Amino acid sequence: MTKRFDLLFVYAVFFVLFLYGPMLLMPLFSLNDGNFATFPLKGFTLRHYGEMAANTSMMTALKNSLIVGICVSITSTALALPAALALTRYRVPGGGAILSFMMLPLVVPSIVLAVGLLVVILRILGLPLSLWTVAAGHLMLCIPFGMTVLMSRLEGFDKSLEEASRDLGAGGWSTFRRVTLPLAAPGVISSLLLCFIISFDEFVISFFLTGTDSTLPVFLFSQLRFPNKLPGTLALGSLILVGSAVLVILAEIVRKRGVASDNPGDL
Amino acid sequence: MSAGSARTGLSLLSPAFLVMAATLLAPVVALVVMSFWTQSGFEIDRTFTLDNYARLGEPGEGVVWYGIRFPFAYPVPAVLMVKSLAMSLMATICVIGVAWPMAYFLAFRVTRYKAMWIILLTIPFWTSYLLRVFSWKIVLGFNGAINSGLQWLGLIREPLEFLLYNPIAVMITLAHSWIAFSVLPIYVSLEKIDRSLLEAASDLGDSKWARFRRITLPLSMPGTIAATLLIFIPTVGDYVTPTLVGGPGGTMVGSLVQQLFLKQNDAPMGAAISIVMMLIIAALVGLFLWAIGYGRMRKRIG
Repeated sequence: MTKRFDLLFVYAVFFVLFLYGPMLLMPLFSLNDGNFATFPLKGFTLRHYGEMAANTSMMTALKNSLIVGICVSITSTALALPAALALTRYRVPGGGAILSFMMLPLVVPSIVLAVGLLVVILRILGLPLSLWTVAAGHLMLCIPFGMTVLMSRLEGFDKSLEEASRDLGAGGWSTFRRVTLPLAAPGVISSLLLCFIISFDEFVISFFLTGTDSTLPVFLFSQLRFPNKLPGTLALGSLILVGSAVLVILAEIVRKRGVASDNPGDL
Repeated sequence: MSAGSARTGLSLLSPAFLVMAATLLAPVVALVVMSFWTQSGFEIDRTFTLDNYARLGEPGEGVVWYGIRFPFAYPVPAVLMVKSLAMSLMATICVIGVAWPMAYFLAFRVTRYKAMWIILLTIPFWTSYLLRVFSWKIVLGFNGAINSGLQWLGLIREPLEFLLYNPIAVMITLAHSWIAFSVLPIYVSLEKIDRSLLEAASDLGDSKWARFRRITLPLSMPGTIAATLLIFIPTVGDYVTPTLVGGPGGTMVGSLVQQLFLKQNDAPMGAAISIVMMLIIAALVGLFLWAIGYGRMRKRIG
Protein backbone atom coordinates (compact mmCIF):
# COMPACT_ATOMS: atom_id res chain seq x y z
CA MET A 1 0.00 0.00 0.00
CA THR A 2 1.28 3.45 -0.81
CA LYS A 3 2.33 5.64 2.08
CA ARG A 4 0.78 8.79 0.66
CA PHE A 5 -2.74 9.84 1.53
CA ASP A 6 -4.96 7.68 -0.61
CA LEU A 7 -8.55 8.74 -1.17
CA LEU A 8 -9.53 5.26 -2.25
CA PHE A 9 -8.17 3.82 0.99
CA VAL A 10 -10.32 6.23 3.00
CA TYR A 11 -13.26 5.23 0.85
CA ALA A 12 -12.59 1.54 1.52
CA VAL A 13 -12.48 2.14 5.28
CA PHE A 14 -15.83 3.95 5.15
CA PHE A 15 -17.22 1.16 3.00
CA VAL A 16 -16.27 -1.46 5.59
CA LEU A 17 -17.69 0.72 8.38
CA PHE A 18 -20.98 1.03 6.48
CA LEU A 19 -20.98 -2.72 5.87
CA TYR A 20 -20.38 -3.67 9.48
CA GLY A 21 -21.81 -0.71 11.41
CA PRO A 22 -25.47 -1.75 11.51
CA MET A 23 -24.59 -5.37 12.20
CA LEU A 24 -22.29 -4.51 15.10
CA LEU A 25 -25.10 -2.64 16.86
CA MET A 26 -26.72 -5.99 17.62
CA PRO A 27 -23.88 -7.38 19.79
CA LEU A 28 -23.45 -3.91 21.32
CA PHE A 29 -27.06 -3.66 22.50
CA SER A 30 -27.17 -7.32 23.48
CA LEU A 31 -24.57 -6.58 26.17
CA ASN A 32 -26.33 -3.40 27.29
CA ASP A 33 -28.27 -3.43 30.54
CA GLY A 34 -31.52 -2.15 29.07
CA ASN A 35 -34.65 -3.52 27.48
CA PHE A 36 -34.55 -1.38 24.34
CA ALA A 37 -31.94 -0.94 21.65
CA THR A 38 -31.37 2.72 22.54
CA PHE A 39 -28.58 5.09 23.44
CA PRO A 40 -27.23 6.02 25.94
CA LEU A 41 -25.82 2.65 26.96
CA LYS A 42 -26.67 1.80 30.54
CA GLY A 43 -24.00 -0.69 31.52
CA PHE A 44 -22.61 -4.10 30.80
CA THR A 45 -24.66 -7.23 31.42
CA LEU A 46 -24.86 -10.82 30.28
CA ARG A 47 -28.40 -11.33 31.54
CA HIS A 48 -29.91 -11.24 28.02
CA TYR A 49 -27.81 -14.27 27.17
CA GLY A 50 -29.07 -16.00 30.32
CA GLU A 51 -32.67 -15.25 29.34
CA MET A 52 -31.98 -16.61 25.89
CA ALA A 53 -30.53 -19.87 27.21
CA ALA A 54 -33.55 -20.28 29.50
CA ASN A 55 -35.96 -19.96 26.56
CA THR A 56 -36.73 -23.60 25.71
CA SER A 57 -38.50 -22.94 22.40
CA MET A 58 -35.47 -20.95 21.28
CA MET A 59 -33.18 -23.83 22.18
CA THR A 60 -35.44 -26.31 20.34
CA ALA A 61 -35.31 -24.11 17.24
CA LEU A 62 -31.53 -23.95 17.56
CA LYS A 63 -31.38 -27.76 17.75
CA ASN A 64 -33.63 -28.08 14.68
CA SER A 65 -31.46 -25.68 12.70
CA LEU A 66 -28.30 -27.55 13.67
CA ILE A 67 -29.79 -30.90 12.62
CA VAL A 68 -31.07 -29.57 9.29
CA GLY A 69 -27.85 -27.65 8.65
CA ILE A 70 -25.57 -30.62 9.28
CA CYS A 71 -27.69 -33.06 7.24
CA VAL A 72 -28.07 -30.61 4.35
CA SER A 73 -24.39 -29.67 4.26
CA ILE A 74 -23.27 -33.31 4.16
CA THR A 75 -25.89 -34.38 1.60
CA SER A 76 -25.40 -31.44 -0.72
CA THR A 77 -21.61 -31.74 -0.67
CA ALA A 78 -21.90 -35.49 -1.31
CA LEU A 79 -24.13 -34.75 -4.32
CA ALA A 80 -22.12 -31.76 -5.54
CA LEU A 81 -18.73 -33.50 -5.53
CA PRO A 82 -19.51 -36.15 -8.19
CA ALA A 83 -21.41 -33.54 -10.20
CA ALA A 84 -18.44 -31.16 -10.06
CA LEU A 85 -16.13 -34.01 -11.09
CA ALA A 86 -18.41 -34.87 -14.01
CA LEU A 87 -18.42 -31.28 -15.27
CA THR A 88 -14.68 -30.67 -14.88
CA ARG A 89 -13.26 -34.09 -15.80
CA TYR A 90 -15.69 -35.62 -18.30
CA ARG A 91 -17.24 -34.41 -21.50
CA VAL A 92 -20.88 -34.58 -20.53
CA PRO A 93 -23.31 -33.99 -23.41
CA GLY A 94 -25.32 -30.85 -22.63
CA GLY A 95 -23.12 -30.19 -19.59
CA GLY A 96 -23.19 -26.43 -20.03
CA ALA A 97 -26.98 -26.32 -20.16
CA ILE A 98 -27.28 -28.63 -17.15
CA LEU A 99 -24.86 -26.44 -15.19
CA SER A 100 -26.82 -23.27 -16.05
CA PHE A 101 -30.04 -24.97 -14.93
CA MET A 102 -28.47 -26.06 -11.66
CA MET A 103 -27.22 -22.53 -10.96
CA LEU A 104 -30.73 -21.04 -11.27
CA PRO A 105 -31.39 -20.89 -7.50
CA LEU A 106 -28.66 -18.25 -7.30
CA VAL A 107 -30.73 -15.83 -9.39
CA VAL A 108 -34.40 -16.78 -9.04
CA PRO A 109 -36.06 -14.81 -6.21
CA SER A 110 -36.29 -17.23 -3.31
CA ILE A 111 -39.97 -16.47 -2.74
CA VAL A 112 -40.73 -18.06 -6.12
CA LEU A 113 -38.71 -21.15 -5.22
CA ALA A 114 -40.45 -21.28 -1.85
CA VAL A 115 -44.03 -21.09 -3.11
CA GLY A 116 -43.23 -23.54 -5.91
CA LEU A 117 -41.94 -26.08 -3.41
CA LEU A 118 -44.96 -25.42 -1.21
CA VAL A 119 -47.30 -26.27 -4.09
CA VAL A 120 -45.42 -29.49 -4.90
CA ILE A 121 -45.30 -30.64 -1.29
CA LEU A 122 -48.88 -29.81 -0.31
CA ARG A 123 -50.83 -30.25 -3.56
CA ILE A 124 -48.93 -32.91 -5.50
CA LEU A 125 -47.21 -35.07 -2.90
CA GLY A 126 -49.72 -34.35 -0.14
CA LEU A 127 -46.97 -34.41 2.49
CA PRO A 128 -47.17 -32.53 5.78
CA LEU A 129 -44.70 -29.68 6.30
CA SER A 130 -41.81 -30.66 8.53
CA LEU A 131 -38.07 -30.29 8.95
CA TRP A 132 -37.75 -32.73 6.01
CA THR A 133 -39.48 -30.31 3.66
CA VAL A 134 -37.27 -27.46 4.91
CA ALA A 135 -34.21 -29.65 4.30
CA ALA A 136 -35.38 -30.42 0.74
CA GLY A 137 -35.60 -26.69 0.03
CA HIS A 138 -32.16 -26.06 1.53
CA LEU A 139 -30.67 -28.88 -0.50
CA MET A 140 -31.78 -27.11 -3.68
CA LEU A 141 -30.13 -23.86 -2.51
CA CYS A 142 -26.90 -25.50 -1.33
CA ILE A 143 -26.09 -27.80 -4.26
CA PRO A 144 -25.25 -24.89 -6.63
CA PHE A 145 -23.01 -23.27 -4.00
CA GLY A 146 -21.26 -26.56 -3.26
CA MET A 147 -20.74 -27.13 -6.98
CA THR A 148 -19.30 -23.65 -7.50
CA VAL A 149 -16.80 -24.10 -4.68
CA LEU A 150 -15.84 -27.65 -5.72
CA MET A 151 -15.58 -26.92 -9.43
CA SER A 152 -13.21 -24.03 -8.87
CA ARG A 153 -11.13 -26.26 -6.58
CA LEU A 154 -11.09 -29.14 -9.09
CA GLU A 155 -10.07 -26.78 -11.89
CA GLY A 156 -7.40 -25.31 -9.63
CA PHE A 157 -5.01 -28.25 -9.40
CA ASP A 158 -2.91 -30.05 -11.91
CA LYS A 159 -4.85 -32.72 -13.80
CA SER A 160 -1.63 -34.48 -14.78
CA LEU A 161 -1.48 -35.88 -11.23
CA GLU A 162 -4.66 -37.85 -11.94
CA GLU A 163 -3.39 -38.91 -15.35
CA ALA A 164 -0.13 -40.08 -13.75
CA SER A 165 -2.11 -42.14 -11.27
CA ARG A 166 -4.07 -43.79 -14.09
CA ASP A 167 -0.92 -44.40 -16.11
CA LEU A 168 0.60 -46.12 -13.10
CA GLY A 169 -2.32 -48.56 -13.15
CA ALA A 170 -4.73 -47.15 -10.56
CA GLY A 171 -8.42 -47.59 -11.42
CA GLY A 172 -10.96 -44.75 -11.52
CA TRP A 173 -12.07 -45.24 -7.92
CA SER A 174 -8.57 -45.67 -6.60
CA THR A 175 -7.41 -42.52 -8.41
CA PHE A 176 -10.35 -40.63 -6.95
CA ARG A 177 -9.71 -41.84 -3.41
CA ARG A 178 -5.94 -41.49 -3.39
CA VAL A 179 -5.32 -38.49 -5.65
CA THR A 180 -8.43 -36.44 -6.42
CA LEU A 181 -10.10 -36.51 -3.00
CA PRO A 182 -7.01 -35.48 -0.98
CA LEU A 183 -6.33 -32.65 -3.43
CA ALA A 184 -9.98 -31.58 -3.43
CA ALA A 185 -10.22 -31.78 0.37
CA PRO A 186 -9.97 -28.02 1.01
CA GLY A 187 -12.85 -27.51 -1.43
CA VAL A 188 -14.87 -30.26 0.24
CA ILE A 189 -14.35 -28.73 3.68
CA SER A 190 -15.24 -25.21 2.57
CA SER A 191 -18.29 -26.59 0.73
CA LEU A 192 -19.40 -28.36 3.93
CA LEU A 193 -18.97 -25.21 5.99
CA LEU A 194 -20.59 -22.84 3.50
CA CYS A 195 -23.56 -25.15 2.85
CA PHE A 196 -24.06 -25.39 6.60
CA ILE A 197 -24.10 -21.60 6.92
CA ILE A 198 -26.53 -21.20 4.02
CA SER A 199 -28.92 -23.70 5.54
CA PHE A 200 -28.50 -22.36 9.08
CA ASP A 201 -29.18 -18.76 8.05
CA GLU A 202 -31.81 -19.36 5.37
CA PHE A 203 -35.13 -17.72 6.11
CA VAL A 204 -37.58 -17.33 3.22
CA ILE A 205 -37.77 -20.98 2.14
CA SER A 206 -37.85 -22.19 5.76
CA PHE A 207 -40.62 -19.71 6.52
CA PHE A 208 -42.85 -21.21 3.83
CA LEU A 209 -41.93 -24.86 4.32
CA THR A 210 -41.70 -25.10 8.08
CA GLY A 211 -44.27 -27.14 9.96
CA THR A 212 -44.69 -27.14 13.72
CA ASP A 213 -40.92 -27.46 14.32
CA SER A 214 -39.43 -24.16 13.33
CA THR A 215 -35.82 -23.46 12.47
CA LEU A 216 -33.91 -20.70 14.23
CA PRO A 217 -34.39 -17.90 11.65
CA VAL A 218 -38.14 -18.63 11.50
CA PHE A 219 -38.33 -18.55 15.28
CA LEU A 220 -36.29 -15.35 15.32
CA PHE A 221 -38.67 -13.76 12.82
CA SER A 222 -41.67 -14.63 14.96
CA GLN A 223 -39.95 -12.92 17.92
CA LEU A 224 -39.18 -9.69 16.05
CA ARG A 225 -42.78 -8.55 16.37
CA PHE A 226 -42.69 -8.50 20.17
CA PRO A 227 -40.78 -5.55 21.64
CA ASN A 228 -40.44 -7.30 25.02
CA LYS A 229 -38.60 -10.20 23.36
CA LEU A 230 -36.02 -7.82 21.89
CA PRO A 231 -33.13 -8.39 24.36
CA GLY A 232 -33.21 -12.17 23.95
CA THR A 233 -33.48 -11.75 20.18
CA LEU A 234 -30.45 -9.46 20.17
CA ALA A 235 -28.44 -11.98 22.20
CA LEU A 236 -29.38 -14.81 19.86
CA GLY A 237 -28.74 -12.68 16.75
CA SER A 238 -25.29 -11.72 18.06
CA LEU A 239 -24.37 -15.35 18.66
CA ILE A 240 -25.51 -16.27 15.14
CA LEU A 241 -23.46 -13.42 13.65
CA VAL A 242 -20.34 -14.40 15.56
CA GLY A 243 -20.82 -18.11 14.79
CA SER A 244 -21.32 -17.48 11.05
CA ALA A 245 -18.29 -15.18 10.93
CA VAL A 246 -16.11 -17.82 12.59
CA LEU A 247 -17.28 -20.50 10.13
CA VAL A 248 -16.68 -18.24 7.11
CA ILE A 249 -13.18 -17.34 8.28
CA LEU A 250 -12.47 -21.04 8.81
CA ALA A 251 -13.79 -21.95 5.36
CA GLU A 252 -11.70 -19.21 3.74
CA ILE A 253 -8.52 -20.18 5.61
CA VAL A 254 -8.95 -23.83 4.63
CA ARG A 255 -9.50 -22.84 1.01
CA LYS A 256 -6.53 -20.43 0.95
CA ARG A 257 -4.24 -22.99 2.62
CA GLY A 258 -5.11 -25.44 -0.13
CA VAL A 259 -4.34 -22.91 -2.86
CA ALA A 260 -1.09 -21.83 -1.21
CA SER A 261 0.25 -25.34 -0.72
CA ASP A 262 -0.34 -26.24 -4.38
CA ASN A 263 1.40 -23.20 -5.77
CA PRO A 264 4.25 -22.41 -3.40
CA GLY A 265 5.34 -18.81 -3.49
CA ASP A 266 2.08 -17.64 -5.06
CA LEU A 267 -0.71 -16.28 -2.88
CA MET B 1 -13.08 -38.63 -25.19
CA SER B 2 -14.78 -42.00 -25.50
CA ALA B 3 -18.49 -42.72 -25.14
CA GLY B 4 -17.67 -44.59 -21.94
CA SER B 5 -16.29 -41.50 -20.27
CA ALA B 6 -19.37 -39.51 -21.29
CA ARG B 7 -21.49 -42.21 -19.66
CA THR B 8 -19.41 -42.12 -16.46
CA GLY B 9 -19.74 -38.33 -16.46
CA LEU B 10 -23.50 -38.52 -16.81
CA SER B 11 -23.84 -41.08 -14.05
CA LEU B 12 -21.73 -38.90 -11.74
CA LEU B 13 -23.83 -35.86 -12.58
CA SER B 14 -27.25 -37.52 -12.40
CA PRO B 15 -27.79 -37.73 -8.60
CA ALA B 16 -27.32 -34.00 -8.15
CA PHE B 17 -29.29 -33.30 -11.32
CA LEU B 18 -32.22 -35.47 -10.20
CA VAL B 19 -32.37 -33.73 -6.83
CA MET B 20 -32.34 -30.34 -8.58
CA ALA B 21 -35.03 -31.51 -11.02
CA ALA B 22 -37.25 -32.58 -8.11
CA THR B 23 -36.68 -29.47 -6.00
CA LEU B 24 -36.33 -26.78 -8.67
CA LEU B 25 -37.84 -27.89 -11.96
CA ALA B 26 -40.90 -29.59 -10.47
CA PRO B 27 -41.82 -26.55 -8.33
CA VAL B 28 -41.58 -24.17 -11.29
CA VAL B 29 -43.69 -26.50 -13.45
CA ALA B 30 -46.18 -26.87 -10.59
CA LEU B 31 -46.42 -23.09 -10.28
CA VAL B 32 -47.13 -22.74 -13.99
CA VAL B 33 -49.82 -25.43 -13.83
CA MET B 34 -51.37 -23.97 -10.71
CA SER B 35 -51.55 -20.50 -12.26
CA PHE B 36 -54.13 -21.97 -14.70
CA TRP B 37 -56.35 -23.19 -11.86
CA THR B 38 -58.68 -21.11 -9.73
CA GLN B 39 -59.55 -20.86 -6.08
CA SER B 40 -63.21 -21.18 -5.14
CA GLY B 41 -63.68 -20.89 -1.42
CA PHE B 42 -61.51 -23.47 0.28
CA GLU B 43 -61.33 -25.72 -2.77
CA ILE B 44 -59.12 -25.46 -5.82
CA ASP B 45 -60.90 -25.77 -9.15
CA ARG B 46 -58.56 -27.75 -11.41
CA THR B 47 -60.15 -26.88 -14.75
CA PHE B 48 -57.76 -25.15 -17.10
CA THR B 49 -58.49 -21.46 -17.35
CA LEU B 50 -56.73 -18.18 -18.07
CA ASP B 51 -58.88 -16.39 -15.48
CA ASN B 52 -56.01 -15.42 -13.17
CA TYR B 53 -54.07 -13.81 -15.99
CA ALA B 54 -57.21 -12.19 -17.37
CA ARG B 55 -57.92 -10.75 -13.94
CA LEU B 56 -54.44 -9.27 -13.74
CA GLY B 57 -55.01 -7.44 -17.03
CA GLU B 58 -58.71 -6.67 -16.67
CA PRO B 59 -59.35 -2.98 -17.31
CA GLY B 60 -61.18 -1.01 -14.64
CA GLU B 61 -61.29 2.20 -12.71
CA GLY B 62 -57.80 1.63 -11.33
CA VAL B 63 -55.68 3.81 -9.12
CA VAL B 64 -53.14 6.57 -9.51
CA TRP B 65 -49.75 5.96 -7.91
CA TYR B 66 -47.08 8.65 -8.05
CA GLY B 67 -48.86 10.21 -10.99
CA ILE B 68 -48.95 6.98 -12.96
CA ARG B 69 -52.39 5.65 -13.81
CA PHE B 70 -52.99 1.91 -13.44
CA PRO B 71 -56.30 1.34 -15.25
CA PHE B 72 -57.02 -2.14 -13.87
CA ALA B 73 -59.96 -3.61 -11.98
CA TYR B 74 -57.42 -5.32 -9.66
CA PRO B 75 -54.56 -2.80 -9.73
CA VAL B 76 -52.65 -3.95 -6.63
CA PRO B 77 -50.35 -6.46 -8.39
CA ALA B 78 -49.47 -4.05 -11.20
CA VAL B 79 -48.72 -1.21 -8.78
CA LEU B 80 -46.59 -3.42 -6.54
CA MET B 81 -44.79 -4.88 -9.54
CA VAL B 82 -43.82 -1.44 -10.90
CA LYS B 83 -42.91 -0.29 -7.41
CA SER B 84 -40.74 -3.37 -6.77
CA LEU B 85 -38.97 -2.95 -10.10
CA ALA B 86 -38.34 0.74 -9.43
CA MET B 87 -37.08 0.13 -5.90
CA SER B 88 -34.82 -2.76 -6.93
CA LEU B 89 -33.47 -0.74 -9.82
CA MET B 90 -32.63 2.18 -7.52
CA ALA B 91 -31.06 -0.14 -4.95
CA THR B 92 -29.05 -1.92 -7.68
CA ILE B 93 -27.72 1.34 -9.12
CA CYS B 94 -26.70 2.52 -5.65
CA VAL B 95 -25.05 -0.81 -4.88
CA ILE B 96 -23.03 -0.91 -8.09
CA GLY B 97 -22.04 2.74 -7.73
CA VAL B 98 -20.84 2.22 -4.17
CA ALA B 99 -19.28 -1.21 -4.70
CA TRP B 100 -17.33 -0.36 -7.86
CA PRO B 101 -14.68 1.90 -6.26
CA MET B 102 -14.28 -0.66 -3.48
CA ALA B 103 -13.65 -3.43 -6.02
CA TYR B 104 -11.22 -1.14 -7.84
CA PHE B 105 -9.38 -0.44 -4.62
CA LEU B 106 -9.17 -4.17 -3.91
CA ALA B 107 -7.89 -5.05 -7.37
CA PHE B 108 -5.43 -2.21 -7.99
CA ARG B 109 -4.39 -0.69 -4.68
CA VAL B 110 -4.25 -3.49 -2.15
CA THR B 111 -0.97 -5.32 -2.27
CA ARG B 112 -0.52 -6.51 1.30
CA TYR B 113 -3.24 -8.13 3.41
CA LYS B 114 -5.34 -8.81 0.32
CA ALA B 115 -6.68 -12.05 1.79
CA MET B 116 -7.75 -10.15 4.90
CA TRP B 117 -9.62 -7.53 2.86
CA ILE B 118 -11.37 -10.26 0.89
CA ILE B 119 -12.41 -12.15 4.01
CA LEU B 120 -13.63 -8.86 5.52
CA LEU B 121 -15.87 -8.37 2.49
CA THR B 122 -16.94 -12.02 2.36
CA ILE B 123 -18.21 -12.36 5.92
CA PRO B 124 -21.32 -10.17 5.49
CA PHE B 125 -22.08 -12.11 2.28
CA TRP B 126 -22.56 -15.25 4.35
CA THR B 127 -24.15 -13.93 7.52
CA SER B 128 -27.87 -14.15 8.00
CA TYR B 129 -29.83 -11.97 5.59
CA LEU B 130 -32.62 -11.77 8.14
CA LEU B 131 -30.24 -10.36 10.76
CA ARG B 132 -28.69 -7.88 8.34
CA VAL B 133 -32.16 -6.54 7.56
CA PHE B 134 -33.19 -6.58 11.19
CA SER B 135 -30.14 -4.54 12.15
CA TRP B 136 -31.54 -1.67 10.04
CA LYS B 137 -34.70 -1.80 12.09
CA ILE B 138 -32.51 -1.23 15.13
CA VAL B 139 -30.73 1.65 13.36
CA LEU B 140 -33.77 3.44 11.94
CA GLY B 141 -36.56 2.47 14.35
CA PHE B 142 -38.78 4.86 16.35
CA ASN B 143 -36.85 3.70 19.42
CA GLY B 144 -33.76 2.98 17.38
CA ALA B 145 -30.11 3.89 17.46
CA ILE B 146 -30.33 7.08 15.36
CA ASN B 147 -33.35 8.49 17.17
CA SER B 148 -32.15 7.67 20.68
CA GLY B 149 -28.62 8.79 19.83
CA LEU B 150 -29.79 12.16 18.52
CA GLN B 151 -32.10 12.62 21.51
CA TRP B 152 -29.29 11.76 23.88
CA LEU B 153 -27.06 14.32 22.23
CA GLY B 154 -29.90 16.82 22.55
CA LEU B 155 -30.17 17.46 18.82
CA ILE B 156 -33.84 16.46 18.60
CA ARG B 157 -36.65 16.37 21.13
CA GLU B 158 -39.05 13.90 19.55
CA PRO B 159 -38.04 10.77 17.65
CA LEU B 160 -37.99 11.22 13.87
CA GLU B 161 -40.81 9.10 12.52
CA PHE B 162 -39.89 9.28 8.87
CA LEU B 163 -36.81 7.08 9.17
CA LEU B 164 -38.47 3.68 9.13
CA TYR B 165 -41.39 2.14 7.25
CA ASN B 166 -41.07 3.82 3.88
CA PRO B 167 -39.64 3.06 0.43
CA ILE B 168 -36.38 4.88 1.20
CA ALA B 169 -35.76 2.66 4.23
CA VAL B 170 -36.43 -0.38 2.04
CA MET B 171 -33.97 0.83 -0.59
CA ILE B 172 -31.21 1.62 1.93
CA THR B 173 -31.67 -1.77 3.55
CA LEU B 174 -31.75 -3.61 0.23
CA ALA B 175 -28.60 -1.82 -0.89
CA HIS B 176 -26.78 -2.61 2.34
CA SER B 177 -27.88 -6.25 2.41
CA TRP B 178 -26.78 -6.94 -1.15
CA ILE B 179 -23.66 -4.84 -1.39
CA ALA B 180 -21.44 -7.68 -0.25
CA PHE B 181 -22.61 -9.71 -3.25
CA SER B 182 -21.50 -7.11 -5.75
CA VAL B 183 -17.90 -6.30 -4.80
CA LEU B 184 -16.50 -9.75 -5.51
CA PRO B 185 -17.75 -10.26 -9.11
CA ILE B 186 -16.52 -6.76 -10.07
CA TYR B 187 -13.23 -7.40 -8.28
CA VAL B 188 -12.70 -10.69 -10.12
CA SER B 189 -13.07 -9.10 -13.56
CA LEU B 190 -10.83 -6.16 -12.59
CA GLU B 191 -8.22 -8.54 -11.19
CA LYS B 192 -8.19 -10.47 -14.47
CA ILE B 193 -7.24 -7.40 -16.52
CA ASP B 194 -3.81 -7.89 -18.05
CA ARG B 195 -1.68 -5.15 -16.48
CA SER B 196 0.47 -4.92 -19.59
CA LEU B 197 -2.56 -3.55 -21.47
CA LEU B 198 -2.62 -0.62 -19.06
CA GLU B 199 1.11 -0.06 -19.47
CA ALA B 200 0.76 -0.23 -23.24
CA ALA B 201 -1.98 2.40 -23.15
CA SER B 202 0.18 4.72 -21.05
CA ASP B 203 3.21 4.14 -23.26
CA LEU B 204 1.14 4.98 -26.31
CA GLY B 205 0.19 8.28 -24.74
CA ASP B 206 -3.20 7.74 -23.08
CA SER B 207 -3.85 9.88 -20.04
CA LYS B 208 -4.88 8.13 -16.82
CA TRP B 209 -8.50 8.97 -17.39
CA ALA B 210 -8.50 7.86 -21.04
CA ARG B 211 -6.80 4.64 -20.00
CA PHE B 212 -9.46 4.03 -17.39
CA ARG B 213 -12.31 4.81 -19.78
CA ARG B 214 -10.94 2.81 -22.70
CA ILE B 215 -9.47 -0.25 -20.96
CA THR B 216 -10.35 -0.68 -17.29
CA LEU B 217 -14.03 0.17 -17.55
CA PRO B 218 -14.86 -1.93 -20.64
CA LEU B 219 -12.89 -4.93 -19.36
CA SER B 220 -14.66 -4.76 -15.99
CA MET B 221 -18.05 -5.02 -17.68
CA PRO B 222 -18.56 -8.82 -17.42
CA GLY B 223 -18.22 -8.66 -13.63
CA THR B 224 -20.18 -5.43 -13.34
CA ILE B 225 -23.04 -6.86 -15.39
CA ALA B 226 -22.98 -10.11 -13.41
CA ALA B 227 -23.15 -8.13 -10.17
CA THR B 228 -26.00 -5.98 -11.52
CA LEU B 229 -28.09 -9.03 -12.40
CA LEU B 230 -27.15 -10.91 -9.24
CA ILE B 231 -28.65 -8.06 -7.22
CA PHE B 232 -31.50 -6.82 -9.38
CA ILE B 233 -33.16 -10.20 -10.02
CA PRO B 234 -33.47 -11.47 -6.43
CA THR B 235 -34.32 -8.09 -4.92
CA VAL B 236 -37.43 -7.62 -7.09
CA GLY B 237 -39.03 -10.56 -5.32
CA ASP B 238 -37.62 -9.84 -1.88
CA TYR B 239 -39.97 -10.47 0.97
CA VAL B 240 -37.92 -10.00 4.14
CA THR B 241 -36.90 -6.36 3.71
CA PRO B 242 -40.32 -4.88 2.87
CA THR B 243 -41.87 -6.87 5.71
CA LEU B 244 -39.39 -5.77 8.35
CA VAL B 245 -38.61 -2.16 7.40
CA GLY B 246 -41.15 -1.31 4.71
CA GLY B 247 -44.37 -0.85 6.67
CA PRO B 248 -47.58 -0.26 4.72
CA GLY B 249 -45.92 2.15 2.26
CA GLY B 250 -42.97 -0.08 1.50
CA THR B 251 -44.64 -3.33 0.48
CA MET B 252 -43.36 -5.09 -2.61
CA VAL B 253 -44.69 -7.78 -4.90
CA GLY B 254 -43.07 -10.53 -2.78
CA SER B 255 -45.24 -9.48 0.17
CA LEU B 256 -48.33 -9.86 -2.02
CA VAL B 257 -47.32 -13.35 -3.13
CA GLN B 258 -46.75 -14.34 0.48
CA GLN B 259 -50.17 -13.00 1.48
CA LEU B 260 -51.95 -14.77 -1.37
CA PHE B 261 -50.36 -18.10 -0.48
CA LEU B 262 -50.40 -18.03 3.31
CA LYS B 263 -53.11 -15.58 4.36
CA GLN B 264 -55.71 -14.85 1.71
CA ASN B 265 -55.76 -18.45 0.52
CA ASP B 266 -55.64 -17.72 -3.19
CA ALA B 267 -52.61 -19.76 -4.20
CA PRO B 268 -53.49 -19.88 -7.95
CA MET B 269 -53.49 -16.07 -8.11
CA GLY B 270 -50.22 -16.04 -6.18
CA ALA B 271 -48.79 -18.52 -8.67
CA ALA B 272 -49.92 -16.40 -11.62
CA ILE B 273 -48.33 -13.29 -10.10
CA SER B 274 -45.07 -15.20 -9.46
CA ILE B 275 -45.00 -16.37 -13.08
CA VAL B 276 -45.72 -12.90 -14.44
CA MET B 277 -43.01 -11.49 -12.17
CA MET B 278 -40.45 -13.99 -13.46
CA LEU B 279 -41.42 -13.32 -17.07
CA ILE B 280 -41.13 -9.55 -16.60
CA ILE B 281 -37.74 -9.92 -14.91
CA ALA B 282 -36.52 -12.26 -17.68
CA ALA B 283 -37.74 -9.85 -20.37
CA LEU B 284 -36.07 -6.87 -18.68
CA VAL B 285 -32.80 -8.75 -18.23
CA GLY B 286 -32.88 -9.86 -21.86
CA LEU B 287 -33.61 -6.29 -22.98
CA PHE B 288 -30.79 -4.95 -20.81
CA LEU B 289 -28.24 -7.45 -22.15
CA TRP B 290 -29.36 -6.73 -25.71
CA ALA B 291 -29.20 -2.97 -25.19
CA ILE B 292 -25.62 -3.02 -23.96
CA GLY B 293 -24.59 -5.46 -26.69
CA TYR B 294 -23.64 -8.24 -24.31
CA GLY B 295 -23.30 -10.90 -27.01
CA ARG B 296 -20.77 -8.86 -28.99
CA MET B 297 -18.92 -7.95 -25.81
CA ARG B 298 -18.55 -11.57 -24.77
CA LYS B 299 -17.13 -12.49 -28.14
CA ARG B 300 -14.62 -9.65 -27.95
CA ILE B 301 -13.46 -10.22 -24.40
CA GLY B 302 -13.79 -13.99 -24.54
